[in-house]
Amino acid sequence: MIVKRTKLNFWERLYLPAVAAGIMVTVRHFFKKKVTMQYPEEKWTVPEGYRGAPYLVKDPEGRTKCVSCQLCEFICPPKAIRITPPGPAGSPEAGNVEKAPHEFKIDMLRCIFCGLCQEVCPEEAIFLMKDYSLTGLSREEMVYDKTKLLAMGGVHNDQIWKWKHK
Amino acid sequence: MDFFHHLSPTQQFLLASAIKVVCVFAVVMPAVAYSVLAERKVSAMIQDRIGPNRVGFFGIWQPLADGIKTFLKEDFVPAHVRKAYFWLAPMVSMTPALMVLAVIPFGSQLGGEKMVIADLDVGILYTFGIVSLGVYGIVLAGYASNSKYPFLGGIRSSAQMISYEIAMGMSVIPVFLIVGKLNLSQVIQYQAEHGWLVLYAPLSFIIFVIAAFAETNRLPFDLPESEQELVGGYHTEYSSMKFALFFMGEYANMIAASAMMVTLFLGGWTLPVGGLDRPAESIGMGVAHIVIFMVKVAVLMGMFIWVRWMWPRFRYDQLMDLGWRRFLPLALVNIVATAVWLWMVD
Repeated sequence: MIVKRTKLNFWERLYLPAVAAGIMVTVRHFFKKKVTMQYPEEKWTVPEGYRGAPYLVKDPEGRTKCVSCQLCEFICPPKAIRITPPGPAGSPEAGNVEKAPHEFKIDMLRCIFCGLCQEVCPEEAIFLMKDYSLTGLSREEMVYDKTKLLAMGGVHNDQIWKWKHK
Repeated sequence: MDFFHHLSPTQQFLLASAIKVVCVFAVVMPAVAYSVLAERKVSAMIQDRIGPNRVGFFGIWQPLADGIKTFLKEDFVPAHVRKAYFWLAPMVSMTPALMVLAVIPFGSQLGGEKMVIADLDVGILYTFGIVSLGVYGIVLAGYASNSKYPFLGGIRSSAQMISYEIAMGMSVIPVFLIVGKLNLSQVIQYQAEHGWLVLYAPLSFIIFVIAAFAETNRLPFDLPESEQELVGGYHTEYSSMKFALFFMGEYANMIAASAMMVTLFLGGWTLPVGGLDRPAESIGMGVAHIVIFMVKVAVLMGMFIWVRWMWPRFRYDQLMDLGWRRFLPLALVNIVATAVWLWMVD
């Protein structure tokens, strides 16, 4: 495509109209309301469906929903999840329930918040929540273990009480 | 004051000059720091942001934090640079800006002492001589860095500074045709008696302002720097305090250019109301004159800053075209016109 370059007339070549327009634009913006968000004090409202940090959830009876199937561990693209299953003996506190994990670790420095773990989970035990500002003073601190993940995840109030009568 | 009067005239002169030098330095350096803050604030406001506001109220201690930061940063010297020139360049770019301030009368009198460091009879010639040294800092930096972007910055800077230096020099000639003296104090004296020179030589003022933008490497003429094309231009290879010296040099240059404009065209320390256009008799009036001068300089600094955030950069050929084919002939015509006008009035 050939764009015809129009010849500027004398008035335009004088720059003065452009200067006046420039002054008007800058003055208008100078007095405009500012859009800056003062971050640590003011925070952004996280929208629904946001993919933040993945946490483990409990069912309304306070049981760990995870059954150590390790699908999330296998699908995790950056290999951030590491699950230690309870072994043949099973977990003593889990009772007559399917095998709750012995240990469940997510390295939040590796996690890319893709949400595949949530998608693949057959038990709806792991969810990407709204936390986006994860901080720590060491690499070790950024590896969240089962206790921490469950504490952060809280209770998931769904209607399916899978283990109620077992 | 008794102690002062017992000294010989030479000693008095030396002592008074030393005090003035220290005072001017003590005012100009914080002014440089705070014009950086002003620049950041104004740019933020124009771009709908808030700007620095964490270090003290309104970010008032931000320059201090910046200063500490630049001092503590690693002073990295790349292996491929020409060391001696690399060290020399920041100094050469900072010093002339401060030296120009020596001949600027920043006030009338304070306790019988003239408020100018060096009352040279060839003040303006001295100024132009020193200002043109500033370009060496940038050219040296471009040459010493031994890498392509600084080198291009250096080349652009030398071409730009030379072409605008001439237009600038030509633009002030009408001022001295009208006043008849080269001494800057006399120029102000004339303006106190006859009104500001911007009224007599408006074209000179316009050309001088535009040339000053080119001289100080400010937008719309900041081609030696051009962050987008030359990744910072002449100071690409510099870090820490050496970079800060270039940065301070730019702002000191702006202050010097503003001070020159105020002195030559905007009446210096005078104000045509309330008897403020006569040399001060009392200390209070003397201080008032200094304040008037500083306010005028601050207004021009504001203009420098505002223009930077308003105007896009010129293309290089446009810049040279403007310098050589527009302003130089215009300045020459201006000289002739002023001379003819003065001859007719005579």
